[in-house]
Amino acid sequence: MLEKALSGSTRYRAWVGGLLLVILVGVGFYVRQFNEGLGITGMSRDVTWGFYIAQFTFLVGVAASAVMLVIPYYLHHYKAFGKITILGEFLAIGAVTMCLLFILADLGQPMRAMNVILHPTPNSVLFWDMVVLNGYLFLNLLVGWTTLTAEKKGLPSPKWIKPFIYLSVPWAVSIHTVTAFLYAGLPGRGFWLTAVMAPRFLTSAFAAGPALLILLALLVRKLTKFDPGKEQIQTLGTIVAYALPLNLFLLACEVFTVFYSNIPDHKLHFQYLYFGLHGHNALVPWMWTSVALAVGAVVLLVNPGTRRNETLLAWACGMTFVATWIDKGLGMISGGFVPNPLEEITEYWPTLPEALIALGIWAIGALIVTVLYKVAVAVREQELA
Amino acid sequence: MSTGEGKGMDRRGFLRLAGLGALSAAAVPAGWDLLKPGAALAAGAGAPVAGRRYAMVVDARTGCPDGCRDCIGACNTTHNIPTFADEPDPRRHELKWIWQTSFHSAFPGNEQEFAREDLESKQVTVLCNHCQNPPCVRVCPTKATYQRPDGIVMMDFHRCIGCRFCMAGCPYGSRSFNWRDPWPRNAATGEPAKLPNPEYPTRMRGVVEKCTFCSERLDRGLQPACVEACKEKLLVFGDLHDAGSGVRALLKEHYTIRRKANLGTQPQVYYVIGA
Amino acid sequence: MIYDKGKIFLGLAIFVALVASPFWYNPVFGTGKTAPPEPKLPKTATLCVLPKAQMRAGHMQVIYDWRETVVRGGGRMYRHPDGVEREMSLSNTCLKCHEGKKEFCNTCHTYLAVKPFCWDCHFDPKEQA
Repeated sequence: MLEKALSGSTRYRAWVGGLLLVILVGVGFYVRQFNEGLGITGMSRDVTWGFYIAQFTFLVGVAASAVMLVIPYYLHHYKAFGKITILGEFLAIGAVTMCLLFILADLGQPMRAMNVILHPTPNSVLFWDMVVLNGYLFLNLLVGWTTLTAEKKGLPSPKWIKPFIYLSVPWAVSIHTVTAFLYAGLPGRGFWLTAVMAPRFLTSAFAAGPALLILLALLVRKLTKFDPGKEQIQTLGTIVAYALPLNLFLLACEVFTVFYSNIPDHKLHFQYLYFGLHGHNALVPWMWTSVALAVGAVVLLVNPGTRRNETLLAWACGMTFVATWIDKGLGMISGGFVPNPLEEITEYWPTLPEALIALGIWAIGALIVTVLYKVAVAVREQELA
Repeated sequence: MSTGEGKGMDRRGFLRLAGLGALSAAAVPAGWDLLKPGAALAAGAGAPVAGRRYAMVVDARTGCPDGCRDCIGACNTTHNIPTFADEPDPRRHELKWIWQTSFHSAFPGNEQEFAREDLESKQVTVLCNHCQNPPCVRVCPTKATYQRPDGIVMMDFHRCIGCRFCMAGCPYGSRSFNWRDPWPRNAATGEPAKLPNPEYPTRMRGVVEKCTFCSERLDRGLQPACVEACKEKLLVFGDLHDAGSGVRALLKEHYTIRRKANLGTQPQVYYVIGA
Repeated sequence: MIYDKGKIFLGLAIFVALVASPFWYNPVFGTGKTAPPEPKLPKTATLCVLPKAQMRAGHMQVIYDWRETVVRGGGRMYRHPDGVEREMSLSNTCLKCHEGKKEFCNTCHTYLAVKPFCWDCHFDPKEQA
């Protein structure tokens, strides 16, 4: 089936070529990082995780959101999603691959990555994250490819795939829960030391993922003969309309607990992110932009009139995506490290090489999703013909 | 070993003597603390002894004399720790095993409005706490950092993958990462620059490092370098399970506090703050 | 029945040629025979940790085992064949008898184009830059 990705319109080839170029630039800077060390990034002794780990955290959410298509279709027999479940699964493959690449890019000694398997350490959450991420990648490859192959032949999916599909449901929850536990279990980091971390990760994932999926579905409809469907897009919109307010609610829960309890260890981080601390305020405009975009998106999504308007829905989805990306891709990680456990402040901002390496990995993800979607759409177009 | 040869004794004889010395020292109640510095590695030494619990007491009553950084200098020299003076912001990629910080930073939340005036201006010496319940060990995905039976939280530079999970886990900021090659190298031969201590290795970029209570010196019957370097004898190191040790005596005599003891990490560095 | 027979076989031939490059590169492009390395042996000591043949084939395993034992808490001393206990240390024991990293270690490593990562951190104090 993969051969269907080898031919395409000029626009398709230009897009793929452009992505390859961005990847090449990223690889070039990665070679520099490999040779010189992570010192070329903006990270420091005080802020030891930065853009890479933040992107990884955000993308775990995008990957997990495939479950929002699998549950209605396979568990509730919501037939309409049969058309687009594959889009969710293929998006998950691209997203998990990016997650793994971001972790690899963040390692000081990437050549030793296999030590995690050579010296397995069940008490480390990172060990379990490795297990669940690779497992989820495998599950989605297996399920996505098998169901699409069957569809291409005009046959129903084989029976043996069902257990794997059911397994992928709790597995999707697990990837984001385990990722939240990376942060939520650390004694000295007040910002992350919250039981709401995993639920909040899941709600933001189920907002950002489906939002991205709606945008991709609209793009697929515009660029190909395959229409993911009006009803499908609307149902996804409803999912975002539930998840995003829930995410804001959980943020409000955090804000209440932190400020009402008035415990400095927890409060200082929120102060830094939203108001600035001792004159350090690099992230303040970003955090408020995130809040404003999220609130705006909620208004557009919750109101049925605006949600049913596909143009406004697309705007709301874009705003949701950017809002959650700022929240997790910028604030979540830096916020935990500033101030440091000694209450000293070192601010973090990614350097150009760091940003370009990250962009390169995003381009790899985009290329994977492009190729997989091309295959899926080609199969669908063949059915239409 | 070279010490032995220097004394004009053959290796075998010297080692036998050193071994006897260690044995007799262990038999004396005051025991381990009394072992004189300079003794060479005893036969069979190097394996951590279960049942010991190494700890340090920092006497912070008088504070260090102004500007004294002897303990830090000794540590840097002993372990080939660079200062990165050539970098525009030396703090960013800094490596430090032991350092001095304000009372507020050492004990956040313990500051009082009307406390002894000198506390706010005093610098407190901080280092890895060698927690009995170390979060860094809990989170390490490769067991590159692990706890020895004698309580030392060790770091295996060879196994570290540089994920820096331990740095996020440590509530004391006691871990450093090699963001770059710590020492310049000869471009042609790849040999590192002239290092302060030729008997201690350097590190490759991309691994985490930290204080090891000078495990390599303990194996030779020496005290940690910082303890040895402190002229005021403000750092005391020893075995908490030895009732006659200097650390036990100080803990008995004074009320001591530990950094962020409420986190349940059970730090093994104790601070005498008041009389 | 194979489509594009010519292209496929040409591709296969190029693939095989590339994979076999270690065998033909030197005879074709090489600058002649390289003399085998002659590592400088210790002048005084006659007895190594293991017999010469075993050390030649397995010194990396010995060093690796020493490393695990020392760093991960199994002890520092090694009973040498001459009966004396010596410290397990690359820089402080091996290089005491073997006079220099350059004359001994590097000779073979360079010849074989291997770069042991030991030297990322350990070094011969006599040969520092």
